[in-house]
Amino acid sequence: MQKMLGWARVGALVSCLFGSGSALAYTGAKWNLPEGVTEMSHEVHHLHMFVFWICVVIGIVVFGAMFYSVFAHRKSKGAVAASFHESTLVEIIWTAIPFVILIGMAIPAAATLVKMDDTHNADINIKITGYQWKWQYEYLGEDVSYFSTLAAESNRARQLNSGIDVYTVPNYLVDVDHPLVLPVGKKIRFLITSNDVIHAWWVPAFAVKKDAIPGYINEVWTKIDEPGTFRGVCAELCGRDHGFMPIVVKALPEDEFKAWLAEQKSKGTEVASAAPVAAAPVPAAVAVAAAAPAATEVAAAAPAAAAPAAAGKSKDELLAAGEKVYKTNCIACHQAGGTGMPPTFPPLAGSKVVNGPKDAVIQQVLHGKNMMPPFPQLSNDDIAAVTSYVHSSWGNKGEIVQAGDVAAARK
Amino acid sequence: MATPAAAPTDHSHAPATGKYFVPAPSAWPFMLTAALVTCIIAGWGYLEDHSVGPIPPIVGALAAFYIIFRWVRGVCLESEGGLYNDQVGRTYRMGMAWFIFSEVMFFAAFFGALWYAREMSIPWLSGEGTKLATHMNLWPGFENTWPTNGPKALGGKFETVSAWGLPFVNTVLLLTSGVTLETAHHALKENHRKVCIFWMWVTVALGSLFLYFQATEYLHAFHTLNLTMHSGVYGSTFFMLTGFHGFHVTLGTLMLAIIAIRLMLGHFKPDSHFGFEGVAWYWHFVDVVWIGLFIFVYVA
Amino acid sequence: MAHTDHAHHDDHAHHGPAPGIMRWIKTTNHKDLGTLYLVFAFTMFFIGGLMSLVIRAELFHPGLQFVRPEFFNSMTTLHALVMIFGGVMPAFTGLANWMVPMQIGCSDLALPRVNNWGFWLLPFAFCLLLSTLFMPSGGPAGGWTMYPPLVLQMGEGFPFLIFAIHLMGISSITGAINVAVTILNMRAPGMTLLKMPLFCWTWLITAYLLIATMPVLAGAVTMLLTDRYFGTSFFTASGGGDPVLFQHVFWFFGHPEVYILILPAFGIVSTIIPTFARKTLFGYDSMVYATASIAFLSFIVWAHHMFTVGMPLAGELFFMFSTMLIAVPTGVKVFNWVATMWRGSMSFETPMLFAVAFVFLFTIGGFSGLMLAMAPVDFQYHDTYFVVAHFHYVLVPGAVFSILAGVYYWIPKWTGRMYNEFWGKTHFWLSAIFINVTFFPQHFLGLAGMQRRVPDYAVQFTDFNEISTIGAFGFFLAQFIFIFNMIKCMSKKGVPATDRVWEGAHGLEWTVPSPAPYHTFEVPPYVGDDETQSLHGAAKAH
Ligand code: HEA
Ligand code: HEA
Ligand code: HEC
Ligand code: CUA
Ligand SMILES: [Cu+2]
Repeated sequence: MQKMLGWARVGALVSCLFGSGSALAYTGAKWNLPEGVTEMSHEVHHLHMFVFWICVVIGIVVFGAMFYSVFAHRKSKGAVAASFHESTLVEIIWTAIPFVILIGMAIPAAATLVKMDDTHNADINIKITGYQWKWQYEYLGEDVSYFSTLAAESNRARQLNSGIDVYTVPNYLVDVDHPLVLPVGKKIRFLITSNDVIHAWWVPAFAVKKDAIPGYINEVWTKIDEPGTFRGVCAELCGRDHGFMPIVVKALPEDEFKAWLAEQKSKGTEVASAAPVAAAPVPAAVAVAAAAPAATEVAAAAPAAAAPAAAGKSKDELLAAGEKVYKTNCIACHQAGGTGMPPTFPPLAGSKVVNGPKDAVIQQVLHGKNMMPPFPQLSNDDIAAVTSYVHSSWGNKGEIVQAGDVAAARK
Repeated sequence: MATPAAAPTDHSHAPATGKYFVPAPSAWPFMLTAALVTCIIAGWGYLEDHSVGPIPPIVGALAAFYIIFRWVRGVCLESEGGLYNDQVGRTYRMGMAWFIFSEVMFFAAFFGALWYAREMSIPWLSGEGTKLATHMNLWPGFENTWPTNGPKALGGKFETVSAWGLPFVNTVLLLTSGVTLETAHHALKENHRKVCIFWMWVTVALGSLFLYFQATEYLHAFHTLNLTMHSGVYGSTFFMLTGFHGFHVTLGTLMLAIIAIRLMLGHFKPDSHFGFEGVAWYWHFVDVVWIGLFIFVYVA
Repeated sequence: MAHTDHAHHDDHAHHGPAPGIMRWIKTTNHKDLGTLYLVFAFTMFFIGGLMSLVIRAELFHPGLQFVRPEFFNSMTTLHALVMIFGGVMPAFTGLANWMVPMQIGCSDLALPRVNNWGFWLLPFAFCLLLSTLFMPSGGPAGGWTMYPPLVLQMGEGFPFLIFAIHLMGISSITGAINVAVTILNMRAPGMTLLKMPLFCWTWLITAYLLIATMPVLAGAVTMLLTDRYFGTSFFTASGGGDPVLFQHVFWFFGHPEVYILILPAFGIVSTIIPTFARKTLFGYDSMVYATASIAFLSFIVWAHHMFTVGMPLAGELFFMFSTMLIAVPTGVKVFNWVATMWRGSMSFETPMLFAVAFVFLFTIGGFSGLMLAMAPVDFQYHDTYFVVAHFHYVLVPGAVFSILAGVYYWIPKWTGRMYNEFWGKTHFWLSAIFINVTFFPQHFLGLAGMQRRVPDYAVQFTDFNEISTIGAFGFFLAQFIFIFNMIKCMSKKGVPATDRVWEGAHGLEWTVPSPAPYHTFEVPPYVGDDETQSLHGAAKAH
């Protein structure tokens, strides 16, 4: 069925290409760079078109000459070879002309580059940290910070053989749970770094792409001209789920943004203030994770999918839910059998921490430790479930944790 | 490995106009590859889970050495048998020169890393240039000093090897060995074989002494100074550069010893001794690299 | 064995091939090794091609259909490593093995035993590399660029990745030393450097690039190895290192590497076009100087692959300007080819078709390269399918087409048989069409925002991905025509070839019989004007 749909689509290809085609959910562009919504992105777009047309013109001249002679100077048409094979003058000319053209290209490009480089006098500073495989946003000086991961619906649909038609998922792969919210008309400076491997934060509509390097901070800036929702992706290979850590920016008019920010603060975004982002990346030498072989696809369950519940769940319920959470979030490092990948990723089977006070695991999940990222974005239920699950699996001694415990630990 | 002067054999050809030299098929190259791969697989077992003891890689390495020995011996015999003309001699010289160039570039990668750490990454981590935010947010308090084991002080406090102790002695040793080697070369050219052999062995002795001191220095660094490969970027570059160089000295000393033995067996002629020259070039190259090391790793 | 130690009995004629498998294992003959190199390269093209089909099949539709993401990433990584180090580079070395001694008039490469070693390292290296696919944690999946820290997360196969690269490096270096020394030392009397065929010239410069950069790659991966196993911190900030340092070292190798993949191609095309235009190559000297300038510039542009890593402004400006400069000497080459065709007397046998397509399509790839060189715009292009389109245009209709052209051009000389012209042309047209179907749409994908190295994508990219996948399968299948055509020549079926084979061909290789004798020139030939006139114009009237 899927296959047939596929071929039908191929059939409709031409009309797709020239008509509206599938919804241009992501950048809004189909053939070309999007124009974007910042001064810089306009400049970049113009530069792009400028170079493009230069290439087209040169191409017409060069290929024109070549194909003319291909058609006209054939032996079968009786062409006789000329004998010239050198001309210093001609060669000087066709060395000099490209050189001049290049200077003409380099000057505006350099000017734009210089402008892009100036991150001074920003109105807002936002620190962006890449994790395998999510983003953390911190509004510096505002005490607001949170994680942003692939939206649950996309996450479910993207699993191997998920059986979900991705065309039915809104904004498939370019949607997140918590978008980055920014004001329009303000100079915003991004401080970009990473907690594990290199990622790159890219929003085409802003013409901003910068690598997130563990242990270093790169700076870029933008100033958004109009409100809207803008999407981007992680643009540096960062492991298994590189294709699944999108970026969504919601640009709001300034007053709405202020209101939003105030609301976040009042919510006391417990979520992240505690996250030890500044925690040093561990020496890469010991960063021997693995391209986790295990079966994420089995667990289509996204964190949010776990049913909300009031206090007190049965052990079975918790363990069942916990297994799912584990498979989605923990298995990459701690492996299916809880064996981990020593030396970096400790086994959970028989672990001292797991068999110690139950609060320790909750704390570790909430706040992370060294190479282990924090998971504050998981709900209390999920954390309770996964904690119970690791407590009672693989021969561990089996304490049960309830959402209330987690809520208490969050305080 | 070079053309006999007035070669009395009927194999000799007038240079350039005669026939080309074409060697017979040989299985040594293939076997060498196999031996190397044995080393690699054994080394892999060691690195990944320590499942393999040190024996298999050593066996592989010994096999490789044996094969190289036989291969080179064949070449020497061809040379002594007078099969080579000037062209072959030039070929070997050029080959050696290109090979040494490739070695230079190999070292360049590590020197480049050292340069980058000192001129780029350490200053950035301590807030210079465009990386103020890096410093303020991630590594507050870290200062641009050298030597350093980085903002997290990996490997703990350590001290560095003083340039003017053993390293300086080693510099003198290597420089002297360059002179003794050239003395030997001159002696060979003037056909004073005994003198030549004497100076060759002196050179070998100097090389060995260098290695001995280097080993002493490493032990001292490990046990007394707490300077190891874990000591951040200083330890990394220090051991990578000096270790890689020490490896080259080891090979060079071995090759010098073999040349000395060949001299004792009556190989080489005053005016054609490519094998000798090739090894001498190699030794001088190792020498020059050491000067670079001494300046950039120990002194500066 | 003792027997071979003494080597060489003076009767050269008896150096005919020994029978059986040992012939190939022990051979020191440049033609045997050339054949081995080419057969190996085409096997690797086939494997790398299959991997690209896995990639393209998965990308046919959004959503994951066939493979897990980590396996997809290993396919991308290995596809690139296999194609570059297993396909294109050995193919060029194979061509050099065959043609350099014939073109400069000598019996064999300068160091025949080293030549054998250089070849046999390769199958071993690729067995190691590909065996990682069968390990529990899978093959390398960090991209062919092997950036840390990601690459350090590879499973237990990691040392094999590193050591395989080391072996490939040794192989390339020995091969390059061999070619360089042969060209510098073994030319027949009268074959001055500036009378050499351009294929030899471009290979000489390529050899220089190889010898200068492969050790740097070896150094880079060695640092990865010690970072992972011996506690060094070259690429770790907490110890004072920097992950970006690896990128600098890698690209210091990597950019010259891409010219290693194209300079021999320039040489082949510069040989073929004059032959079929029946006209002297335009601007021989400037071709040589342009090649040398490209090689020189290639050492100072590497960071154009790293515009987004956060270099200081001055660095970005420098690398942008130096990169753009490369368009000048490359342009000179393109113009020279066009000028060679201009007012020639052209015919379009298969090698010429591939050569003309090369000029056309490589230049398109060059144009996109130039667009990438503009740092501020590269912020948008970087790590998108626009880059993928760029480099496949220079690599596939660039490097691979030139190899195909070269094989068609010289195989009559190697086997003594003509290939089938009809199937050759069919192969060409199918290849030329499908390659554009495959890679042209990728420009659009990249511009519209599809990033590289992903197994899945937003649905808006479906159409172009479908087209691209169809093209890839078509191109792959078309190659079987080529393989059968070649097998026919090699099994001595087909029309016998004349010695000169092509009407307009000049050069020493065409003065010997087809197939060429086992040791082409046992004594140095006399290099007459006839054979260099395609380079320098007729010394005598024609
Ligand atoms: C054969 C291989 C090959 C060749 C020849 C080239 C040639 C060029 N490449 Fe390419 N490149 C690659 C292989 C190659 N490249 C690969 C493999 C990658 C990706 C690696 C990875 O990340 O995995 C890459 C990536 C790459 C990037 C990084 C993109 C990114 O990751 O963001 C850049 C940026 O500057 C670039 C630029 C260029 C330029 C300027 C040339 C120039 O040499 C092109 C010059 C040619 C012309 C310009 C056309 C002819 C000239 C004229 C007709 C004259 C007149 C023209 C003008 C004045 C415009 N290349
Ligand atoms: C020389 C190098 C080379 C060649 C020839 C190719 C050839 C092809 N490549 Fe490759 N590719 C790379 C080098 C190359 N590629 C590199 C460096 C990368 C980047 C990797 C990374 O991101 O790390 C890449 C990445 C890459 C991607 C992006 C993957 C990703 O980002 O996730 C894709 C996707 O479509 C792709 C597709 C193809 C296709 C369809 C071909 C087709 O052209 C394949 C068909 C070609 C052949 C089959 C060879 C020619 C055949 C013969 C000469 C005859 C013998 C063969 C048979 C009998 C079948 N390649
Ligand atoms: C990106 C990798 C990664 C992921 C994903 C991950 N962990 Fe960890 N985990 C680690 C690392 C690394 C440590 C060791 C930290 C340290 O002590 O330095 C660790 C330690 C632990 C420990 C302590 C074990 C001990 O004996 O020290 C527990 C418990 C734990 N993790 C539970 C979890 C749970 C539950 C999840 C999922 C919600 C999870 N981890 C997800 C990497 C990860
Ligand atoms: Cu994060 Cu790719
Ligand atoms: Cu490049």
